[in-house]
Amino acid sequence: MDMRPDPLIMMTTQAQAPTTTPTKVAAKNVNVYYGAKHALKDVSVDIPEKSVTAFIGPSGCGKSTFLRCINRMNDTVASCRVEGLIQIDGKDIYDPALDPVQLRARVGMVFQKPNPFPKSIYDNVAYGPRIHGLSKSKVELDQIVESSLRKASLWEEVKDRLNDSGTGLSGGQQQRLCIARTIAINPEIILMDEPCSALDPIATARIEELMEELRHNFTMIIVTHSMQQAARVSQRTAFFHLGILVETGSTSDIFTNPTDKRTQDYITGRFG
Amino acid sequence: MTDITAGGVSPPIRRVEFETAESKARLRRRYRSEARFKAYGIAALVVAAAFLFALLSSIVMRGIPGFFQHYLVADVLVDAAKIDPEGKGDAATLRAGDYTAVARAALAEAIPGVEGRQLKRELNGLLSSGAGDALREMVVADPSLVGQRVKAPLLLADEADVFLKTSGTKIRVISDTRGIATPSATTGEISILVGANDFADDVALVKAELKALADSIDETIARRKARGATVESLADLEREATELRRRHAAAATSERLDAKTASRLVAINGGLVKVKEMTPTLVKGEVIIPLKSTADAAPGTWEIRVYETPESNRNLNDRGLAFLEELKAKGLVESQFNFAFFTRGDSREAELAGIQGALVGSILTLLVTIGLCLPIGVLAAIYLEEFAPKNRITELIEININNLAAVPSIVFGLLGLAVFLNFFGMPRSAPLVGGLVLALLVLPTIIIASRAALKSVPPSIREAALGVGASKQQAVFHHVLPLAMPGIMTGTIIGMAHALGETAPLLMIGMIAFIVDVPSSLTQAATVLPVQIFLWSDLPEPAFKMKTAAAIIVLLAVLFLMNGLAIWLRKKFERRW
Repeated sequence: MDMRPDPLIMMTTQAQAPTTTPTKVAAKNVNVYYGAKHALKDVSVDIPEKSVTAFIGPSGCGKSTFLRCINRMNDTVASCRVEGLIQIDGKDIYDPALDPVQLRARVGMVFQKPNPFPKSIYDNVAYGPRIHGLSKSKVELDQIVESSLRKASLWEEVKDRLNDSGTGLSGGQQQRLCIARTIAINPEIILMDEPCSALDPIATARIEELMEELRHNFTMIIVTHSMQQAARVSQRTAFFHLGILVETGSTSDIFTNPTDKRTQDYITGRFG
Repeated sequence: MTDITAGGVSPPIRRVEFETAESKARLRRRYRSEARFKAYGIAALVVAAAFLFALLSSIVMRGIPGFFQHYLVADVLVDAAKIDPEGKGDAATLRAGDYTAVARAALAEAIPGVEGRQLKRELNGLLSSGAGDALREMVVADPSLVGQRVKAPLLLADEADVFLKTSGTKIRVISDTRGIATPSATTGEISILVGANDFADDVALVKAELKALADSIDETIARRKARGATVESLADLEREATELRRRHAAAATSERLDAKTASRLVAINGGLVKVKEMTPTLVKGEVIIPLKSTADAAPGTWEIRVYETPESNRNLNDRGLAFLEELKAKGLVESQFNFAFFTRGDSREAELAGIQGALVGSILTLLVTIGLCLPIGVLAAIYLEEFAPKNRITELIEININNLAAVPSIVFGLLGLAVFLNFFGMPRSAPLVGGLVLALLVLPTIIIASRAALKSVPPSIREAALGVGASKQQAVFHHVLPLAMPGIMTGTIIGMAHALGETAPLLMIGMIAFIVDVPSSLTQAATVLPVQIFLWSDLPEPAFKMKTAAAIIVLLAVLFLMNGLAIWLRKKFERRW
C-alpha cells in the first residue's frame, strides 16, 4: 500500500488553491419534491470547474438529492419533481430538448456502494465507450480501458486479469473500477455519492488520493458524511441542513470560520 | 440524550432469574416446546418421504415390465413364396410380403403336428398381429435373407406376454406317477388308461374345489339378498350353486372338468392332453400337442400338470397356456427391452402400442407453447417491471395476471375450444391449438416468475448503467435481463413442466383421440403424454395397465429432467452481489 499524504498537509495545500476558477455548475432556486415531501428548498449554489466540492450535512438533509439532480438521476424516481434552474456551462440541463441520457454521459456518477457490473473488468470499463461509440477500433478501446484504469490507479493491480469478473475484486478495488468506468467516457463532471462509506480506511485513503489527482481534469462533487474527508479532499464545501443549503464557501473557511451557527454546531459535532 | 431524568413513572426493576422454580419450569417448557416442534417436523418429513417412496416404488414396480416384451426367438425360414413370389426383390415388394404367414410357419415348426382349426387358431393367437414386423425390417434391410433361415424375434401377443411377466398361473406338476399310462390315440379326443389310482387324489381335489365354489356362490347370494336383490335375479346363481353341490355329492366315479375348476393336463409320450373327464383310473381328453406314439408310458415317465387358476379366470386359455409352456420349455421365448415402446404410435394391440406419437405430440405442443410464452411473457414482465408507470391500470393488470395464474386449467380449455376452434376454425386435436391453449395457461406463471427475477436484480446495477449514460432500455437489456435470465429460465422450465403434465385443457380441444400416426406437423392430429396415459388407463387389458405405468415413468422422468435442468441453471448462474 502506498502511504497517503498527511491529511493536514493536504488541507493546507488545498486551502491555498485558487477559488476564482470559472463556474461549471450553477443552481438557482432549486426545489425538489418527493410526492408531497419538500426535500430541497431554494438551493442556489455555484460549483467551480476542476476542483472538488464537498456536500456535507446530517442524514436526510437533501445533499444526495441535490447531487442526483445534477445528472438528472432523480428522473428515474417516479414521484420526484424538480423545480428551479440548474445550468452546466450556462445551459439548462432540465431543458426539454436536452436528452438526459446524453447528460449522464457528460456528468458521470460514482455510487455509495461499489456497483461494478457482474462482467469482466475489461467489459466494465469498456461498456460506456462502447455504447457511446467512443472508440473506432478494438485497439482504441484497449487504450481507453488501460488509460482509464491507470487514471483510477487500478491498472497495476488488474492488468493481468482483465477478463476476471469485476465483482471478484476487493471493495476498494471495486470502487476504483467504478471510477475507471466513469472516467472512461470522459465526463466533465464526476458526482460521488459517499464513495467511501462502504470502504475501510486504507481503501478510503486510496480513493481520496485518486480524487486529488482527478480534480485537475474533472469537476468533482462529493457527498460525504465524514467531515474529515470533506476537509481533506475538497476545495469548497456546502453545508446542507433540513433541505436548505445553509452555507457554502471555501473548505478552509467553512471548517475554520463558519458564519452560520448551524454549520458551526455540525462541524463541531453538536448534532448529526 | 436520554430521558432518564425526565421523571414519569418508573416500573419496578426485575431481572431474569436462573434459580427459581418458576424460571426453571419456564426453561423446561421452552425446551419441551422446541423438541416437540422438531419432532413434528421430522414426523411430517418421514410421512411425506414414505408416501413418496410408496408412490414411486409402486409406479416403478408396475411400470418396469411395460418396458420389456416377450418374443418368440425362433429359426425363421424366410419363405420366398410368401415374401416375394415373383422374385422382384425391390423394397416395396419386400415390404408388402406376408410376414405374418412366415411367423406362423416358424411357430408351427416350433410346435409341430398341431391339427384342427381351433387348435391352430389358438397357437397362432400367441403371436401378435405385428409379429412379423421385426423380420420385415430385417429383410428390407438385407434382401439376401429371402429364402434363408434367420433367427428373428417374433412379437408375442399381449395375453402371452402378460402371462409370462406376471407368471399368471401356478403350475403344479405331479411327476411321481405310480401306474402305467396307455393312451388310446395320438391326436383328437383320446382316453388314457392308468394302471394305478393316479387320479384318485385329483378327483377328490376337484370335489373339494366344487364345494368351495358352491360356498362362495352361496356367500354372494347371501350378500346380495342382504342388499335387497330380488329372488328372480339370484335364480341363476342359485341354480349354479345347486348344480355344483350335486356334482360334489355325486359318487366319485367320473368327474367332468370345466373352466370353473383348475385345469389338468397329462404330459405323455412327448405330447400334451387336456383332461376333460376323469375317474381315478381313466381320463378322457383332447390332445393339444400330438403324442409321438400310443405306447405304454412307464410310471414316472408321464406326468400330470395342474394349472391352478381356473381357465375362466385367466386371459390365456388352457391351449394357449400349454403351447406357451411348451415354447418356454424349448427355450424359444425371450424377454427383450421393448425399444418399440419408444418408436411406435398408439395401437389397439397392447403389445404394439408405443408412446412415440404422444411424445412427439408433447414436444410439438411444448414448442408452440414456449415459442409463444417465452418472448411474450418475458417482454410483458420487462415492460411491467421496468417501464410501465405505477398507477391504477398497471396495478389492475398485475392483479389480473395473478388471478389468471389461479384459473382452473379446464377453463383455458373451454376458451381454446370457443376461440381457436370455433371462432378461428383451427384444426381439432392439433398440437398448434394445444400449444396455444397451454401458452395461455403458462403465460401468467412465466410473467410472475420473470417479474420476480427482474425485481431481484439490485437497483445498483440499473443505477450503474444509467450512471455511465446508458438509456433505460440499454440498462435493462444489457445488464438487468442477463442477470434475471437464470430466474426467468427457471420459471419458464417449471411452467413448461406444468404444461407438459397438463391434461384437462387438451381434452376440450380434442387432443384426446385414438391416434395411431406419429404427428409430423403442427396441424396434424396428435395426443400428448399425459392424455395418452389417461387413455391407456381406461383400457381393460392388463398389458395396457403396464404400459400406463411405463408411460407414467417416462413422463415423470421427463419432468424430473426438466426440473433438474431448472435447478442446475439456477445454481450455475446464481450470482452474489
